[in-house]
Amino acid sequence: MKGMTIIVKTVSSWVKVLIFLFGICIILTGHLTPGGGFAGGVILASSYVLLMLAFGREFAEENLPLAAASRLDCAGAIMFAAIAVLGFVWGGSFFFNYLYQIYLPGKALNLVSAGTIPLSNIAIGIKVGASLFLIIVMLSGFCQDYRCKVDFTKTKGEE
Amino acid sequence: MEILFYIMIIYMLIAAIIAVETRDLLSSVICLGAIGVGVSLMFLFLKAPDIAITQIVVEVLGLIVLIRATISRDLTFISGDREFFGVVVSVVIVLIIFIAGIEVFRSMPDFGNAVFAEVPNSASNTYIREGVKDTGAANLVASVILDYRGYDTLGEATVLFTSILGAIVILRRKSRKQLEEIDK
Repeated sequence: MKGMTIIVKTVSSWVKVLIFLFGICIILTGHLTPGGGFAGGVILASSYVLLMLAFGREFAEENLPLAAASRLDCAGAIMFAAIAVLGFVWGGSFFFNYLYQIYLPGKALNLVSAGTIPLSNIAIGIKVGASLFLIIVMLSGFCQDYRCKVDFTKTKGEE
Repeated sequence: MEILFYIMIIYMLIAAIIAVETRDLLSSVICLGAIGVGVSLMFLFLKAPDIAITQIVVEVLGLIVLIRATISRDLTFISGDREFFGVVVSVVIVLIIFIAGIEVFRSMPDFGNAVFAEVPNSASNTYIREGVKDTGAANLVASVILDYRGYDTLGEATVLFTSILGAIVILRRKSRKQLEEIDK
């Protein structure tokens, strides 16, 4: 049986949902309350890290395959760049806040306000979450392989 | 309030000294976590909740990685004495940096005294006055990092992307040749 004990598994299967929702909340209200794309993305990644610690690395990789994570990473990066370039198209300057200035002014302190800032927050959140998940899964996999390759006990026994 | 800062600074200094001096790698990592909590609390007391959230979250994630990396190794105890020459060189370098630091801090404004807030048309005053009108974001930090200073965030995203690309290339289990052979 991979992973930790059944108590840890039961608790983490409840808590992971709350952590994930908290991350989404931090990202979506980044233009109203403290937080934002980076902190929310790290919280999203930490919910998957909890899954990885409790259930084992293979389970986490089944939930979010490495190829999908790297695609999400690239998608977040290109989304952020595209928002910036679209400001060049519609407003005449890079990083122009075209949604707020031209199309969707909104009202301050509402969820739909501030134009492109929430969209950039979402893009950064996806990017940071996927990339941090990727790097932690890669690091833990690297540890396992390192131990397999350099097996100290075996070489000592052979000598 | 000032006395609280001094207590936090002394706590972080003690944790840092223990983290450097202890011979057990796991205790060292735990002391690193204590320093991170102290830094996060300092940010909270200095009224920077955005930075405090980011600091505590990144600290937790980094601590998990470090514990996972150190707990499975056999070589968790560091042994061996220090060389005399190395100690002398490091003490001299630290002394030079300390003297330079005293000079630098003498010319800086006092702690908690925002100099730019007194200049009428400085950048920070303009952000505070015009921020909500210009960007519509209630959180001024978001309006600065994603609207006024969007280039900074783009650079940060690029740095993160490149570093993770490098880490994946170094840490992957099969080389490109092996993957091409599997594809065939």
